[in-house]
Amino acid sequence: MALFDKFKNIFSRENKSQEDKEIDKQKLDDSLNKTKSNFFDKISKKIAGKSKIDDNDLDDFEEILISSDIGVETTLKIINNLELRVKKNKYINTEDLYSILREEISNLFIQEDLEEFVIPKVNEPYVIMVVGVNGVGKTTTIGKLAYKFKSAGLKVVLGAGDTFRAAAVDQISIWADRVGVEIVKQEMGSDPASVAFDTLQSAKAKNADVVIIDTAGRLHNKINLMNELTKIKNVMHKIIPNAPHDVMLVLDASTGQNAIEQAKQFTAATKVTSLALTKLDGSAKGGVVIGISDQFNIPVRYIGVGEGIDDLQLFNSKEFVNSIFDN
Amino acid sequence: MFDNLSNKLDKAFKILKGQGSISEINVAQTMKEIRKALISADVDFKTAKEFTATVKEKALGQEVLTTLKPGELLTKIMKDELSNLMGSEKSDLDLSSKPTIILVAGLQGSGKTTFCGKLALLLKTKFKKNPLLVACDIYRPAAINQISVLSEEVGVSVYKEEENKNPVEIANNAISFAKQNSKDVVIIDTAGRLAIDEQMMNEIGLIKDNIKPNETLFVVDAMTGQDAVNTAKSFNEKLDFNGVVLTKLDGDTRGGAALTIRSVVDKPIKFIGTSEKMDGLDVFYPDRMAGRILGMGDVISLVERAQQQFNEEDARKIQKKIAKNSFGFDDFLSQIQQVKKMGNIKDLASMIPGVGKSIKDADIDNDSFKGIESIIHSMTPEERSNPIILNGSRKKRIADGSGSNVQEINQLIKQFNQMSKMMKMMQGGGASKMMEMMKGNNMPKF
Repeated sequence: MALFDKFKNIFSRENKSQEDKEIDKQKLDDSLNKTKSNFFDKISKKIAGKSKIDDNDLDDFEEILISSDIGVETTLKIINNLELRVKKNKYINTEDLYSILREEISNLFIQEDLEEFVIPKVNEPYVIMVVGVNGVGKTTTIGKLAYKFKSAGLKVVLGAGDTFRAAAVDQISIWADRVGVEIVKQEMGSDPASVAFDTLQSAKAKNADVVIIDTAGRLHNKINLMNELTKIKNVMHKIIPNAPHDVMLVLDASTGQNAIEQAKQFTAATKVTSLALTKLDGSAKGGVVIGISDQFNIPVRYIGVGEGIDDLQLFNSKEFVNSIFDN
Repeated sequence: MFDNLSNKLDKAFKILKGQGSISEINVAQTMKEIRKALISADVDFKTAKEFTATVKEKALGQEVLTTLKPGELLTKIMKDELSNLMGSEKSDLDLSSKPTIILVAGLQGSGKTTFCGKLALLLKTKFKKNPLLVACDIYRPAAINQISVLSEEVGVSVYKEEENKNPVEIANNAISFAKQNSKDVVIIDTAGRLAIDEQMMNEIGLIKDNIKPNETLFVVDAMTGQDAVNTAKSFNEKLDFNGVVLTKLDGDTRGGAALTIRSVVDKPIKFIGTSEKMDGLDVFYPDRMAGRILGMGDVISLVERAQQQFNEEDARKIQKKIAKNSFGFDDFLSQIQQVKKMGNIKDLASMIPGVGKSIKDADIDNDSFKGIESIIHSMTPEERSNPIILNGSRKKRIADGSGSNVQEINQLIKQFNQMSKMMKMMQGGGASKMMEMMKGNNMPKF
């Protein structure tokens, strides 16, 4: 559980008092230093006194990046940039090398790191539609999101849009009870677009602040299921013109390069606007989101770091990049 | 499934084409490409490295002195090595014990519960067993409901203790229950757990030690990336599982995890999950998968699936028509119905050797059939049986009748021609000829 704790420490920095933040800052610095020194130790021995990175070091970088699921293309892009920078500056010390590498990776994320995600002010319920392939953790993420928003004083309504998988409606209902938010549901097997419609209608009538619509997991190469998703999305603006305001694609950190295809197909079907990366408390690094963020210009908003109700953190690119070098 | 990897390997082999012999230089470039292809397919970094090193070594050895062209030789070495890596033959469940106890473990969201339901159905229908499903996931909300719903769907009993928070106890009680109620297979579903979660890993170890299962199956998502190596190792250390279940292979993942797991834990892949439906469970054939990776397409699977779904009588009629060149829109329509029964047409078509690559860009999807059907329904019987007579004014009439436009009619005629070409490929040679081709040495060249 060590890595898990580390993640919690690093990422749980929201909704805290100034004092807590100071402590967190200290912890963060400590862990950054630790990461840094580990990594420095590793490479300083290898490149001290050299004016350029030799092939063995590049191989090491490559291995670290590939092993984090960053993928061949993105890894080559990062390493090429690194080599170009090193060529320009004839002499380079380990610290430069490290920060350049870190910078090159961080540059591929499009968003600024947020201290807190505030729901944009709209005159209607803010609608989040959650999509993804089977088993990535959509429903769990929705439960955690609902808790987050409720804790921030918002009125939340959930829509049980997975009417396909056995007991999926039960699962999200249990989450709704646990968090203490309203849920709109229909029978298993009913039309998910109709559930979305009902949910938005109910949320509007009750002046809710946030609506989160669950959807059944689906593999992105199943055309009919992807069309269904488009239909669910399209039905929403009949009730609320701009809905959904956010289409969140949930990705499993242990997924490899296929996540790129997932991002592509889900974006084609529903125009994905944010990413959530789940199961980061495991040993998987989830590096594939770097390429996705870069290629599709979609920000990574949340990371899931456990099965608990508050194990959802805002994404922070710096910590994320550090975790890649953290073994 | 493995199309993407095949494409990349095709590219790698192209580099070698036209080269007279395998030299250190030309093989190095090819190996780099192959390694990239494998890594992009989510094969573990080290596995890919070792694999290419072995292939390179063999390629540069004495075997070069054969009459084969370098590309052909490399292909053969690759295929042999890949088959080696994937295991040499298929591996069945050992169901001899009474009751046979099967423990199912894996990460969260890998598809354990769905697999348990599918396995219960398979054992019930194909093996004439009387299985019992056991709900041991006491953590995830509604997990017990989920397996209960599935048990009802497949018509198999489920053992659950809603209030009990001790999975070891539940499992033990379930086995006693099975013995008393003449259940001959006990399938134990467990909670998803992370390999680094010590407490949870100890729990699954404890369950295993207590119930002493005959089969311990590790369920893993086919889309898993580089972490497959860590996860498979940890679960293997804890459970020494004797088989792997690879799920969600109906996606378009390159499935390198299959290679990784085989090579790091050396355990056979016993089943693959190929749909969300309860009958979507297939036995894993390593040799077929190796063939698929190398771009030969999984012809045997296709033929078997086609034989299951196609009405043989109809198929024979159509085959005759194709032979006589009298294949018309009515046949096309009934063909569409049959193809729809078989599943996703792109999936199917991609299993045909040589079609795999071309079909990727072709605009064929299951939903496009709706429009097609209404257009065909607007045609006269004569037009259907003799499409050549479709002139401008006929097309205009059909367009009005079907709520489409002439462009779409033209598009359909184009698709019709494409389709009949494909049907010829599928049926012209006949299933038996395809089988022969697979068995014999007459392998398609790259």
